[in-house]
Amino acid sequence: MAYHSEELIRDISAKAQQFRIEILKMVFENQTGHIGGAFSAAEIVASLYFHHLRIDPARPDWPERDRFLFSKGHACAVLYSALAYRGFFPVEELHTFRKLDSRLQGHPDRFKCPGIEIPAGPLGHGVAVGVGMALALKAAGKPSSLSAPSGRASTAKVYVLLGDGEINAGVIWEGALAAAKYRLGNLTVILDYNGIQQTGATADVLPTEEIAEKWKAFGWHVQEIHGHNVGQILDALDRADEVHARPCIIIARTTKGKGVSFMEYDHRWHGAPPNKEQFDNALVELEEGLRVWQN
Amino acid sequence: MAELIPMRKTYGQALVELGRANPKVVALSADVSNSDFSYMFQEAFPDRFYNVGIAEQSLVDVAAGLAYAGKIPFANTFAFLFATRALEMVRTHLCYGGANVKLMGAYAGLSDSFDGPTHHAITDIAILRSLPNMTVIVPGDTVAVAKLLPLVAEWPGPVYFRMNRNDVPRIFDDSYNPVIGKAVLLRDGADVTLIGAGYMLHRCLEAADRLAVEGISARVLEMHTIKPLDSEAVLSAARETGALVTAEEHSIVGGLGGAVAETIAEAVPVPLVRVGIPDTFAETGPYLQLLDRYGMAVDDIVQAARKAVALKSREIA
Repeated sequence: MAYHSEELIRDISAKAQQFRIEILKMVFENQTGHIGGAFSAAEIVASLYFHHLRIDPARPDWPERDRFLFSKGHACAVLYSALAYRGFFPVEELHTFRKLDSRLQGHPDRFKCPGIEIPAGPLGHGVAVGVGMALALKAAGKPSSLSAPSGRASTAKVYVLLGDGEINAGVIWEGALAAAKYRLGNLTVILDYNGIQQTGATADVLPTEEIAEKWKAFGWHVQEIHGHNVGQILDALDRADEVHARPCIIIARTTKGKGVSFMEYDHRWHGAPPNKEQFDNALVELEEGLRVWQN
Repeated sequence: MAELIPMRKTYGQALVELGRANPKVVALSADVSNSDFSYMFQEAFPDRFYNVGIAEQSLVDVAAGLAYAGKIPFANTFAFLFATRALEMVRTHLCYGGANVKLMGAYAGLSDSFDGPTHHAITDIAILRSLPNMTVIVPGDTVAVAKLLPLVAEWPGPVYFRMNRNDVPRIFDDSYNPVIGKAVLLRDGADVTLIGAGYMLHRCLEAADRLAVEGISARVLEMHTIKPLDSEAVLSAARETGALVTAEEHSIVGGLGGAVAETIAEAVPVPLVRVGIPDTFAETGPYLQLLDRYGMAVDDIVQAARKAVALKSREIA
C-alpha cells in the first residue's frame, strides 16, 4: 500500500471543502439541487479525482481509463465540481448548473458533459452497470499505458459511488450477486453511508444494518472507514486494488450535509435550496473550514 | 399451410453466426437460455456468454455496462420482462444513455400460449416504441430472423427484436433483403392495404387470397420495423389504395396499428381498421386457437378489409 503524504491529504481535503463551496453556490444561484448528499461525498469524490483514478481530462473517452460511475446521480453537483477542478470543463461553467442550455443537467448526461460515464438519477444502477463494464474490461485485459497516481499497474478498473438510500433498490443486490459470481476484482464500490435519505434516517425508512455483514454474505471484500478522512479513503482504495478475485466495497461512514452545522444530519437538506440568510451563514462556515486545510 | 420452421432454433444459429463474424458480440440471459435458445451461443462462446440469473433488471444493466465499454450485447429473456420489469433500465441506459444493447424479446405475443397471460407480451411494442432512440423490429419468419439479425448487430443503437416461441410458416426465400426502417411490398393491390408484422403477416397473405376471390384487390406490406416506421410506404399505401388494415399479434392500443394511425392522421387520413388483441388479457390455450379467439383470425383481417373499403365511400360527417 502506498504512503500518502500529509501534504497530499491536506490538498485533497481542501479540494473537497472547495467543492462544498461550489455546490452551495450552484444550488443557491438557481434555487434547485441536492446539497446534503453532495456534501457527504466530497472527500470520496476528491480522493478519486485528485489521486486514485487513472483518467485524462484531455481524453475523456480514452479506452484505458478507469471508469467512475456516479450512481447517486442526484448529488451530481459534487461530481461536476470535481470534473471542473480536474480540468474536464471550465470552473466558471459550474454556475450554469440546472439552467436551460447547460451541459450540467439536473442529473448527469453523458452526451452533454465531458467525463460523465453513465446517466444516473433513478437509483440503483451503479453496481449492475459496473458489473457489465468490469466484465468487458476484464475481457480486454491489457495493462494500461498510463500508470495510476497510486502506482497501480493493473488494467483499467471500475469504481462506483452509491448512496445508502440507494441500496434500498433490489437491482443493487442483483448486481452484487453477479459481481461475486464473476469474481470481479476490478470492481470497487464506495458506499456513501451518511445514514439519511429523503424523508428521514435510513434506519427508520428501510433499515440496512448490519451493512458490512450483508456485503460479506454476498461474497464481497468489505472495508469500513471514516468517509471524511482522506487518508483512510486513499488507504482503502489502495487496499481494494490488492484484492483480485472478489469485488470490493468500501463502506464510508459519512455525515449528510457535512461542513455546515445546521445542515448536518438533517434530511430536510436532501433536496432543498438555502435562502439568502442560510446561504450566507453556510458560506461563512465552509470558508472557515477551508482555511483550516490551507493554513 | 406452408412449411413450419422453428424460430427459436433459427435465432440461436443466427446468433452463433454473429458471434463468429464479430468478436464484439456477447450474449446474456436471465436463466432462460434453453427457452430463448441463446444456449447455442453459450456452447459456441462460453467466455462471451453471461447468465445473470433470474434478474431482468440486472440483465439489462449488465448489458448496458458491457455496451458502454464497447461490446455489442444481445440480452435475452421473455419479451414481456424487457417491456415491464426492466423497462426503467431500458429507458435510462439504452434510450437516454445510448448503450448499444440489443434486446432479444422471446416468446412474444401470445406465442407462449399455454403459460397464459402472465407470460404473454401484448403491450411490448406500444411501450418500447414510445421511448426516444429505440428501434423496434418484428421479423415475419425465420428467413427474416436470419437476415435481420446481422443488420441489428450493425445498427448504431439499441434495438428491441421481437420473436415468437412457436414454429412459423416460411414466407420469404433467400432473395429477401430487408433494410431496417423500410417496408417490404409482398403483393400489390388497388383497393386496400394490409400492413402486417410477425406471425400475422402470413395471415395477411391468406386474407389477401380470400379478398381476391371477392373482387377486393389487397396490397400486402410487411412492416418488420415498427420504429422508425416507414411512413413513406404507409402514406403511399393510403394515397394509392385509400384504405388500410393493420394486423399484429399485440394489443390494438399503441402497436403497429397505433403507429400507422398516427402517421396517416396528420397527412392522409383514410379509413384504418386495426386487427389485434382488443384491450384485454387473453388466456391459456393452444396458440393458433388463441389467435383466432382474440381477434387475429384470417377472417378478422378479411372483415377488417371489407369494413375499411366500405368506409372509403362514407362521407365525413
